[in-house]
Amino acid sequence: MARNVTTGQKAFWTVCAWTVGIAIFFPIFWTVLTSFKTEAEAVRAPALFDFDWTLENYSTVFDRSPYARHFLNSVVIAVGSTIVALIIAVPAAWAMAFSPTKRTRGLLMWMLSTKMLPPVGVLIPIYLLFRDTGLLDTRTGLVIVMTLVNLPIVIWMLFTYFREIPGEILEAARMDGASLKSEILYVLTPMALPGIASTMLLNVILAWNEAFWTLTLTAANAAPLTAFIASYSSPEGLFYAKLSAASTMAIAPVLILGWFSQKQLVRGLTFGAVK
Amino acid sequence: MGSITLKGVTKRFDDVEVIPPLDLSIEDGEFVVFVGPSGCGKSTLLRLIAGLEDVSGGHIELDGRDVTELPPSKRGLAMVFQSYALYPHMTVRKNIGFPLKMAGLEQSAIDAKVEAAAKVLNLGDYIERRPGQLSGGQRQRVAIGRAIVREPSSFLFDEPLSNLDAALRGTMRLEISELHNTLKTTMVYVTHDQVEAMTMADKIVVLNKGNIEQVGSPLELYKNPVSLFVAGFIGSPAMNMVTGEPAARHGAHTIGVRPEHLRLSTEGGEWSGTVGVAEHLGSDTFLHVEVDGIGTMTARADGEFPARHGDRIGLTPDTARLHRFDAAGAAMTA
Amino acid sequence: MATNHSRSIAKLMVSPSVLLLLAWMIVPLAMTLYFSLQRYNLLYPTQQGFVGFENYAYFLSAPSFWESLFNTLFLVGGVLFVTVVGGILLSLLLDRPIWGQGVVRILVIAPFFVMPTVSALVWKNMFMNPVNGLFSYAAKAVGLAPFDFFGAAPLLSIIFIVSWQWLPFATLILFTAIQSLDGEQVEAAEMDGASALSRFRYIVLPHLARAITVVILIQTIFLLAVFAEILVTTGGGPGSASTNLTFLVYKESLLSFDVGTGSAGGIVAVVLANIVAIFLMRAVGKNLDL
Repeated sequence: MARNVTTGQKAFWTVCAWTVGIAIFFPIFWTVLTSFKTEAEAVRAPALFDFDWTLENYSTVFDRSPYARHFLNSVVIAVGSTIVALIIAVPAAWAMAFSPTKRTRGLLMWMLSTKMLPPVGVLIPIYLLFRDTGLLDTRTGLVIVMTLVNLPIVIWMLFTYFREIPGEILEAARMDGASLKSEILYVLTPMALPGIASTMLLNVILAWNEAFWTLTLTAANAAPLTAFIASYSSPEGLFYAKLSAASTMAIAPVLILGWFSQKQLVRGLTFGAVK
Repeated sequence: MGSITLKGVTKRFDDVEVIPPLDLSIEDGEFVVFVGPSGCGKSTLLRLIAGLEDVSGGHIELDGRDVTELPPSKRGLAMVFQSYALYPHMTVRKNIGFPLKMAGLEQSAIDAKVEAAAKVLNLGDYIERRPGQLSGGQRQRVAIGRAIVREPSSFLFDEPLSNLDAALRGTMRLEISELHNTLKTTMVYVTHDQVEAMTMADKIVVLNKGNIEQVGSPLELYKNPVSLFVAGFIGSPAMNMVTGEPAARHGAHTIGVRPEHLRLSTEGGEWSGTVGVAEHLGSDTFLHVEVDGIGTMTARADGEFPARHGDRIGLTPDTARLHRFDAAGAAMTA
Repeated sequence: MATNHSRSIAKLMVSPSVLLLLAWMIVPLAMTLYFSLQRYNLLYPTQQGFVGFENYAYFLSAPSFWESLFNTLFLVGGVLFVTVVGGILLSLLLDRPIWGQGVVRILVIAPFFVMPTVSALVWKNMFMNPVNGLFSYAAKAVGLAPFDFFGAAPLLSIIFIVSWQWLPFATLILFTAIQSLDGEQVEAAEMDGASALSRFRYIVLPHLARAITVVILIQTIFLLAVFAEILVTTGGGPGSASTNLTFLVYKESLLSFDVGTGSAGGIVAVVLANIVAIFLMRAVGKNLDL
């Protein structure tokens, strides 16, 4: 904008924007805040900052419930499925980006369409299959499911990043005597590292927050945080401070990761339709 | 050591045959230039030799060895790309050393060869920098260094100077020619610029729509073009083509005469015309003349020729240097 | 670039993904179809048999089905409306010259990264609870009676929560699109005498059309499958007042263990998703050049 905006106008819009922003963010802020209150304080008239800050809720959650185990489950499932997905997706994305055929576009569209399948459509067979193969309520089982559920997005994102690498550089590597393995290892991966990292970031976030399969296929053993928090829904939920502490710890990792991944989000979840 | 032979090589993309069956022989140590307009297949041909594309038919032999089915990494060739294709995440040293690393050389051997190449190409000061920190000319040299260090049987150049500005192009042209004189390795060079072709080549291959129009030394192509296409392509400014009655008078369907073979006179000549644009370069004068009954012709005079826009001028072709072509566009001999 | 050599390797490298996704999609779907034609209840495993379309008839004739179908569409439509309109307004707001735009953006994006179970519970217990929630406290403070959100308006409450979660996504997408709008176009319109509203209607909105399309398409896919929020707040109730199709199938399958009926429901859900997709693509497909 070439025109000068008056300070008054800027101030006005700033106030509006900040008000809306704070309003939207408020529930999260309130949760974090409440996690430091005692239960009595939490239920009492809402206090903003003048209360006795305490960490007792955090220790209660950890000591009196298997929170640590479920936190670990979340980590294992999110990171594990990301790594597995990457191993399968990198070659596929490489092939589609650098050796495209007439079918490539259709193939990609089909892969993305598998993500549009309503999960309930396959809930029963998957559930029964897992039950019969002993995968029910196991971290392995959930890693498998999370990998498959997010594979289309991982392939898609890697594909878009790989396509931005000039093909000539890979040809040069070939002329320089590089085998396929060397080409991917020494040339492609270093150049695509930012893209690969972004994809991994997005996948960790999506897997951490997934709330269908993690709720239906797990019980006490392999439940990640999504499911564990769900168990707070009955009387537990009314212990506001405890709920807040548990919630804060559950959302903190991904909230922080998410703040770094806005661009990746747009690229990954809109399938490149918006740039 | 570095001979390349193409036998009946064809290339089809889907149903389009971009290169009909083609035969070509390149001797060891020759500097061969593939030249032609955009889309004539010169880059495709180069990539077929390199192995980056598969042939649809025919054979490619390197030193008598059939390499048609071999992947690029096993052909012992080196290529310099138009965009240099340097590895952006590696230093100059690592870029140049990469092919040696792929060949499994020991680090000490690699270092020695990289230093040697860097010295030849004057890259010593930049050896720890990344490509992003280098200028176009420097990047080009790194690309060449990376090719040299492999000691290939032949070098392939894919329009390496197109991305450089005019002044740099001139210097690099000389450097590449000198490189050829020093290394004496076969070089196959693709360009659309016929000046590059004429100045650098031992042998020029003129391509048109996948077909070889003519193969010969620069002077041969200049003096004896076998077709209208070659005649019009080689030489700058381009040869003047005349059809109709003035051509018939010389016994041909089309005659061609180069701007430098037209004698200019203020007292008239075989053809007369009015000067349109006159370009005075000091060393030469180029006149674009509206010739009566023929059209626009370009004439060149040595040094300073005092003609101006609107002057009447006479042009006479040097009959010994006149080119005659039949109706099919082929040169008529004798 | 492509040689026979590299092409055959390429096929090899793509095949694991293709095979896995095929297996993931085709095999279970086929099994669901198979089960839907069977009478099969996990509580009575001995009573099995082919029953044709009986399960479908049973599922589709239950009043809870029609209610959940309506709820599904209402939920999707409601959230779409709130997030698209809200997203447009928010992204316009963020596009203004303001101080600290980066921070505001972070604040606005945050809800998307909160896992659905946490956000549902936090809203239900800490805000909407009629006894201790923040909303009830605010109401009492101004002399109003607290509102029993989940008792009186379960579906709307869920729509509210889900909208809060998805508003950031819509805003982010639309904001990215707005930033790509050529400022000069808008200035030219201003020179031509267009009012702010006209400028928005004739220049900004058409530019956003593609992004809006994408937001609607993507969100619809996910909104049809809303599950955790319902599970954790109302459990579908009271009755089926807040049950959507996904939850209904879940209830049948994993709570009643009626595999046959549940499978029929699952197929119905798939069909619905396809219908909605086709409908959407047709209505809105001209904005995308896929």
